[in-house]
Amino acid sequence: MSADVVIVPTGTANTASVAAAFRRLEAEPKPPKSPDEVRDADYLVLPGVGAFGAAMAHIDRHGLREILTDRINEGRPTLAICLGMQLLGEKSDESPGVSGLGVVPEGVTRLPQDLTVPQLGWNLVAPDPLSRFLKPGWAYFANSYKLASVPDGWIGTQTEYGGDFVSAIERGDVLACQFHPELSGAWGADLLGRWLNGTGGRS
Amino acid sequence: MAAPRLIPCLDVRDGRVVKGVRFQDLRDAGDPVTQASMYQDQGADEIVILDVSATPEGRGHAVETTSNVRQVLSIPLTVGGGVRSVEDAFALLEAGADKVAVNTAAVQRPELIDELADRFGSQCTVLAVDAAARGPNRWEVVVNGGRTPTGRDVKRWIRSAAARGAGEILLTSWDRDGTRSGYDLDLIEAVTAAVGIPVIASGGADNAIHLEEALSSGATAVLIASILHDGVTTVGSLKKELLANGTEVRP
Repeated sequence: MSADVVIVPTGTANTASVAAAFRRLEAEPKPPKSPDEVRDADYLVLPGVGAFGAAMAHIDRHGLREILTDRINEGRPTLAICLGMQLLGEKSDESPGVSGLGVVPEGVTRLPQDLTVPQLGWNLVAPDPLSRFLKPGWAYFANSYKLASVPDGWIGTQTEYGGDFVSAIERGDVLACQFHPELSGAWGADLLGRWLNGTGGRS
Repeated sequence: MAAPRLIPCLDVRDGRVVKGVRFQDLRDAGDPVTQASMYQDQGADEIVILDVSATPEGRGHAVETTSNVRQVLSIPLTVGGGVRSVEDAFALLEAGADKVAVNTAAVQRPELIDELADRFGSQCTVLAVDAAARGPNRWEVVVNGGRTPTGRDVKRWIRSAAARGAGEILLTSWDRDGTRSGYDLDLIEAVTAAVGIPVIASGGADNAIHLEEALSSGATAVLIASILHDGVTTVGSLKKELLANGTEVRP
């Protein structure tokens, strides 16, 4: 049986790349027709490219804030990618004054100024041994900001870019990645496959 | 740290890959989907597609090409050529590009860079610059396949573009492009000293030593074209050589 994967459109994200990655896994990615479909989706993807403030405005305009918060707090299958992961935080240096989803009690800070920013490229992910989904390997990153630290109650993975930063967190069937699994070659495809097959009552 | 990237570049005209020196004497070099897929299998870290179509009809193929390539590609895809507006960029992103490169249109109307960065983010906004040497440590921005000088100084232009929100520079040495005589290292050093955003070096690669030189001059990625298209080498063997010489790339 193929899995229904709902991809939240943010108006700015590379949703075509995310959809293509899931199609290669024989899942059926689709945009939601209503907030109910976001709430009820077997698998939900919160992609994110663009600015923190613009993405939260889009989420609020479509009445998705509570739906997303509830899903994530309940640990239902949700994959947050790049900016999507940062949206889980309370706030971001990128858009001062904007409230994030706040499901993790952390802020989002800029990568250090003395580095080449944005980080655009492949970096090594060495997962926490407790991680359900991640294996060691190279992942593709495209970010100027990062989650400040691993929140309590989540399994976190760190990656080095002029110091350690949080490259992924997971809790229940929720996986949030600072990198782009849909652009991380065979390693990324395997990860998406493990998330699809290991969650939503399939594990 | 993030590993330096090796990025094969496909020049595409009317939906077909073409090759030639300095956009002259273009010859058909195959299907973009087949080629992008082949380079991905060889270990490419990203693919750049530059649409060099001369007509609006030809450019219409760029969206279709992007969409077709996306279906097989699980690594990042940057598309450029003929992008004049936020709408043009959005069409490419919707079709499956992860980053969009602008060149001539940004020179004519620099606000385009602000508009793209505001809407899609800096990490999505690539400025392509063709640089022609005009004396020691001095380069001029040229456009229209190098035929048109712009009077703009390369370093100053790139600094202002970074301030407007460009997140990456695709820096081509007009003098070295297609010559296989090595990258213009002075140009790479001058530009990477001037801005803190990633710089992709382009123009002149013949072998792994050239790639190492560009990377140690400050580039975070290298664009390669003719040596791959001509079958002189593969991404895999270039990476093997780089690794053997102590440059950490994604194997």
